[in-house]
Amino acid sequence: MDPILEVHNLSLQYRHTPVLQEINLHLHSGQFAAIVGPSGAGKTSLLKLILGLLRATQGQVQLIQDSNASRSAPRLSYVPQVDVVDWNFPVTVQQVVWMGRPRPKFSWPWPTDAEKQRVQNVLEQLEIGHLANQHIRNLSGGQQQRVFLARALVAEPDLLVLDEPTSGVDMRTAENMLHLLLDLNQQGMTILMTTHDLNMAAAHIPWIICLNKRIIAEGEPEAVFTEPILNETYQGDMMVLHHDGLLLVQQRPHEHTRDDVLPNPILGHEADFLTPTTPLEESPNGCATPAVSV
Amino acid sequence: MDALLQPFQFEFFRNGIMAAVLAGGLCGLIGVYIVLRGMSYIGHGLSHAIFGGAVVSYVLQWNFYLGAGIWGFVCALLINKTVRAAKINADAAIGVITTASFAIGIALISRYRSFTRSFDAALFGNILGVTQQDILVIAIITVLIAAVIFFMYRQLLFTTFDSDVAQVYGVQTAWVETVFALVLAAALIAALQILGVTMIAAALVIPAITARLMTDSFNRMILLSAMLGALTGFTGMYLSFYVDVASGATIVLAQAFLFVVVLAFSLFQNRAYSLPDTHV
Repeated sequence: MDPILEVHNLSLQYRHTPVLQEINLHLHSGQFAAIVGPSGAGKTSLLKLILGLLRATQGQVQLIQDSNASRSAPRLSYVPQVDVVDWNFPVTVQQVVWMGRPRPKFSWPWPTDAEKQRVQNVLEQLEIGHLANQHIRNLSGGQQQRVFLARALVAEPDLLVLDEPTSGVDMRTAENMLHLLLDLNQQGMTILMTTHDLNMAAAHIPWIICLNKRIIAEGEPEAVFTEPILNETYQGDMMVLHHDGLLLVQQRPHEHTRDDVLPNPILGHEADFLTPTTPLEESPNGCATPAVSV
Repeated sequence: MDALLQPFQFEFFRNGIMAAVLAGGLCGLIGVYIVLRGMSYIGHGLSHAIFGGAVVSYVLQWNFYLGAGIWGFVCALLINKTVRAAKINADAAIGVITTASFAIGIALISRYRSFTRSFDAALFGNILGVTQQDILVIAIITVLIAAVIFFMYRQLLFTTFDSDVAQVYGVQTAWVETVFALVLAAALIAALQILGVTMIAAALVIPAITARLMTDSFNRMILLSAMLGALTGFTGMYLSFYVDVASGATIVLAQAFLFVVVLAFSLFQNRAYSLPDTHV
């Protein structure tokens, strides 16, 4: 596999406070990887260093272009967190996507016919073609995510970088977004994203990078989503369960939460789920899944 | 009819109204970018900074446009650099840099009390003193700025919408912001003599905000804002002849009046949309 991104010994400090320490990372062409970690772990900072939006205190980020490619360097596209977008800005879906097209310093202020066609094709691909002339404020959360994904795709990137693309939307929309990314990855797109949704990452994303200022572990979900690694990453008491072929991660609830705070229907549901009638497998790190009394 | 056309018999009025239309339109055009970037205070701050530059250029016996223009451009650049490098909010950086610049002007005026030139015109605007040469300068600046905004439309749009992300997509945001700082300084210099330091901020912000209330389209907002700026420049100047009030004030009052009308209409419209369906 051809490498597309090499991160060597990368560190970032903000006013003497370490944000990232000695990060070494390698992505190959066609890979789909997710960075997971708690808030403040440095996930967005790492993405920004890779994108060239932040300057590292030490180390380097190297983007490597395939020798057969026509471009001199890989082209990156970035989908930011939707909560940093000014949704009242007076632009339509079409204009936002058009912004993603590479451009010379000076150009006509309107899209060419070829650009219009390319924008419309990407919108159709993401099933939001009918929203082209809508103001961005009038879209649902899932549609908003797709608009910014469309802007990223219209640039025809070699590496697609997304910051929490499944946050702030309902479970079904998040699932749809992830399927969309998996389809793109199947078509050969290299993808690097951050997420807080460990269960979705475990179910769908082939390569996981656990980060908490430094890389704790990386690998396939089964290898990485173990209690010792997750405990170290999240500095908490994490639980890994295997159920119906799915790997499920959850923070272990406090005793008083389960006994006193959870309403009966939830407690009952959890009780069904964790009772011996639903067999629990041992976590892959060899640790027995702790018995949970409810 | 003759009474309505009476002011146009005077050359000073013809010059003044032409300058007011150009300055109003120019401020309206630039104001869109300022309002959408959440930097409405920059017009107020930079016009004060330019006042400092005007005094310095007088002391050093430089050309007013050149001296005040360079001073304003450097201040705008310093604001951008300070915001980026020190992660300070734009309003704080504008406050520090432009007030310090204004203070330099005041310090020089009080130090060299032998000034023969009055700076009242720079502070409050002096439309009656507009010459053909001033109109030519304003017209050239307006055409140049319109050309920059036309040909850099995409870069300016992306940088205004999302400066950080624009860099990833190949927009040279530092270069775009430098050009915009130059454009802003030039526009302020052009409008300073007509509107004055104290009124220029309103002329930058009010037409843009009014246009924003009228449309959700960026292109239409630019056109509307420039047109409203020019229209209120004409109306305000025309009214000032009859009510015998400083033209900068009547221009801004005309803009404020239009804003209130559009705001009231917009609130009424929103209320109408939000009313529940009634069945009869």
